[in-house]
Amino acid sequence: MSEVKTVENMVSITIDGTTYQAKEGEYILNAARANDVFIPAICYLTRCSPTLACRLCLVEADGKQVYACNAKVKDGMEITVDTPNILEERRAIMEVYDVNHPLQCGVCDKSGECELQNYTLELAVDSQSYAIQDTKREVKNWSTVLHYDAALCIVCERCTTVCKDMIGDAAISTTKRGGEPLDKAYKETMPKDAYAMWNKLQKSIIAPSNGTDYTNCSDCGECTAVCPVGALTGRDFVYTSNAWELERVPATCAHCSSGCQIYYEKKHTSVFDRSEKIYRVTNEWNYVSLCGAGRYGYDFENRVESKDEAAFSAAVEAFKKAETIRFNSVITNEEALMLQTLKEKMGVKLVNPDARAFQKFLGAYAKAAGQSLYSYDFKEVMATDFVISVGASLRNDNPNARYAFNNIQKMNKGAGLYFHPVGDNLVPTFGKNVELFTHKVGLEEAALYLVLDLFADKEKLLEDVKSYLDSFKTTTTKTVKEKVMKDVTETVIDEETGEEKQVTKKVPEMVEKEVTVEKNALVEMLGKESDAFDAAFEKMMKKKESFSMIIGEDLYFHDRYENIAKLIALIEQTTPIRVAMIPPKTNSLGVALICDLDDEATGYTVGYNENGDFRLSALGNGDLDMPAMNQQEGTLTNMHKRVTPTNAALEYKGYELNDLMKVLVGAPELTVDWTEKLPVSKGFKRAKFDDLPNGYLNDGTENRGYALENITCEAEVVSVEKIDENGVLEGEIVYRCNPQRQFNDFTDKAHEIFEGFGLYAAPEKAKALGEKVEIDFGDRSITVDVIEDDRMEGDITALADFKSEADVYSLFGPSRYRKVTIRKV
Amino acid sequence: MGLEQFKNRNVGQQEYVMLDLEHTPQSPMGKFKQVVKRTFKPELFVGLGVTMREMINALFRGQMHTIKYPFEKLPISPRYRAIHEMLRLLESGHYRCIGCGLCEKICISNCITMDTRYDENQRKEVSEYTINFGRCIFCGYCAEVCPELAIVHGQRYETASEQRASFSLFEDMLTPIDKLNLQQEYDGFGAVTPNADENIKKTPLAY
Repeated sequence: MSEVKTVENMVSITIDGTTYQAKEGEYILNAARANDVFIPAICYLTRCSPTLACRLCLVEADGKQVYACNAKVKDGMEITVDTPNILEERRAIMEVYDVNHPLQCGVCDKSGECELQNYTLELAVDSQSYAIQDTKREVKNWSTVLHYDAALCIVCERCTTVCKDMIGDAAISTTKRGGEPLDKAYKETMPKDAYAMWNKLQKSIIAPSNGTDYTNCSDCGECTAVCPVGALTGRDFVYTSNAWELERVPATCAHCSSGCQIYYEKKHTSVFDRSEKIYRVTNEWNYVSLCGAGRYGYDFENRVESKDEAAFSAAVEAFKKAETIRFNSVITNEEALMLQTLKEKMGVKLVNPDARAFQKFLGAYAKAAGQSLYSYDFKEVMATDFVISVGASLRNDNPNARYAFNNIQKMNKGAGLYFHPVGDNLVPTFGKNVELFTHKVGLEEAALYLVLDLFADKEKLLEDVKSYLDSFKTTTTKTVKEKVMKDVTETVIDEETGEEKQVTKKVPEMVEKEVTVEKNALVEMLGKESDAFDAAFEKMMKKKESFSMIIGEDLYFHDRYENIAKLIALIEQTTPIRVAMIPPKTNSLGVALICDLDDEATGYTVGYNENGDFRLSALGNGDLDMPAMNQQEGTLTNMHKRVTPTNAALEYKGYELNDLMKVLVGAPELTVDWTEKLPVSKGFKRAKFDDLPNGYLNDGTENRGYALENITCEAEVVSVEKIDENGVLEGEIVYRCNPQRQFNDFTDKAHEIFEGFGLYAAPEKAKALGEKVEIDFGDRSITVDVIEDDRMEGDITALADFKSEADVYSLFGPSRYRKVTIRKV
Repeated sequence: MGLEQFKNRNVGQQEYVMLDLEHTPQSPMGKFKQVVKRTFKPELFVGLGVTMREMINALFRGQMHTIKYPFEKLPISPRYRAIHEMLRLLESGHYRCIGCGLCEKICISNCITMDTRYDENQRKEVSEYTINFGRCIFCGYCAEVCPELAIVHGQRYETASEQRASFSLFEDMLTPIDKLNLQQEYDGFGAVTPNADENIKKTPLAY
């Protein structure tokens, strides 16, 4: 985080006699955790709002009992963690949690990682004083991946909190349990907080918030990760393994550009098959939240029995005669550097459409902004209180960008603007102050101009931009009725004394008034009422201090990407907004920095996980097998501008790219020996792979790999062009966009990810289209299934691009939107 | 406690009792005399008499002490640790093992493996269970840690086989369902102590 730790925003607090430094405005619990001081707490989640369900974090601060999870530190605060009264409360709370909790610890999937078990032992609960009749609580499968054992649930509400505050689905909530009421006598005899907590616990249980038995959510499984007991588990994992048997391999998720830190947890497949298998993926849920692809898309390994020498020599021949290497961004930095070396030494062309578009865009931005990378990472975005998203399908493109957008609304009392042509009914539910602009395709520039108009310091703008912005404004006069409080003076006779008195009263009166109304044609162009938006915007801007903008793939795949990049640089120069970009695929940023990419493939083509005359494939369907991402070590450059290491979870017995490099141009012994050769001129560091850490510190500091250096250069005076309305598309439009949880062939291979390849459409549109359609792109056409997505709205349909076989990228060409003809099949 | 007793390295010498034995004769005549004396002493017949008595007892009075191994075996202590057995619940006949994996965890020679799954009755099913008897050192930890008294040490101590590292599967160890009535309750390592009830604090129930 770039937040400067100066002396001013640090305060000193005393916990149990020792003085510590803490960030001002931080909760006591977080301050204690950052300083390695233990305060018991079950229900609190870092980065989410306190729920006060467990009440264990009770401490004494300056002589008063407070909850450490929602009391903020003050300078000179004296905190005592344990007082006799607090210890009594805590013990009673733990006893209450143990009432009727099934004694299934032997089979429970938590297998010793249970917080209920830990705190029961920590607080030395060795006898039970309370009892109540139990309620029958059924085991339920909420979705294809979520398994809920209500009998084990302690209703700490961590799942509902994370779903609302972090994920944004708010798909689960507490509901009535129908339990017996508490015995009145307990109110007198029990400690106060324990009684209150029990009273609430006895009444509630967790259930899908839509009132059905099934959740309507993105199936990210974050609720299962945060569950302190064995109540919520992945359906596939239930009763398959004890936690202690699994070996944890720290890695970086290879599915999207978030590059989240994950642990692959593996052990042997069965009694008879001793080869290792990944059983589940876990994460440091206090500091990073995964999506469904990261959590459930783990079994995409390429099992190869031996080195296929014939295929290898064929591959060497293929590389020797290749004119082009086509690849995608699901590769490590090291592999990207190998391919770049091949280009330099053998003169092949490198073709990677997603990274190429991003590279061009980033180049244009760097020239205008005077820095090689965008300004903010997504952690910094999360700390702001006003966020704007342009050109990203927030729900599908990148889960972490969406979590950041949502978290700002929930935690920072934030506001958000969301510009996108595809209607979405989830984003508006993130917060009260979220405005959705469902604009026409091709008006992304108008969105950026509107941002300029709303936020720019007009002094800093060039004259022509200023006058261009003013040209959208028209003032009209309008008669409005207004309620005015009018003073009316009356003479009243006091009944007691008989004296006359003048009394002034305020009486409301409706007055007609002429007001001048400024109309902004930009707002109207983007499909909103100017007046209504002005009023909403005024409310949104209240008490806002920091601003950020999320930029997505639509803008890289745009005819006017150069002008857009300049506009973004201009926004950063003239407004307090700082920009973070979403690289289109896993390692697009790394590839864009490392490789010189070409636009067109020519001649004999070697495809790496892509189509080609000779195919290297980690999917098991190519001419030479390659290791998948969970079988190789290396580094990935993620959207937080960080180079993060990933480790091999599973064995791979075949050839890897480095073996080819050894034969072709000479290479070091191991793939990871390339790590220190990554180009320093592009911001990489000369660091050895084995020296790269991969974890989080107690205060949430990301201690993973290293951050890329943002190289600054002379910024040019930005001259931006006007909005080009010729690019506006109307009619039947298809958008290139993956469903949630699908990013590439590897997620598709995973057995717990069910989203299919097809054309996603809003329910009404899907009904109109029928079951199967042929999409005619003019020169080519594709026949796909129609899949309903009830989170989508409007007429634009989304065609998934995760199957490289279908070659959707080349169907769309340089844009993410295409006008097509759709025929029912 | 003083350390003196540890500093004396001639451990045990202090405890010796010297027997009053006659000296070994040195002269040839002395040796001859000793041989004659021992040969014609009546102790020889005492010994022969005992053998004769036992022979008669065994052959004619039915007091044979020889165990005709392997057709007969001596009863062994319940604490003896032989080949494992998996017990069943007496009421339902269902296997006792709940698949908690504690035996697998505690096994110091790492020879226990099990597969579990979520079954149709929402229970944890033990789909396979093996002990590699080539590695097992019969320490008894598995039986001791087992919360259900499901895995116990049986009486079968013959572990010779063609392959030392042979596997023993779940069904090999499980009490055959038709011999459930012969299943013995286990008293060895990890069994409930006779005074277990006294050590339990009762949890109140609201029924």
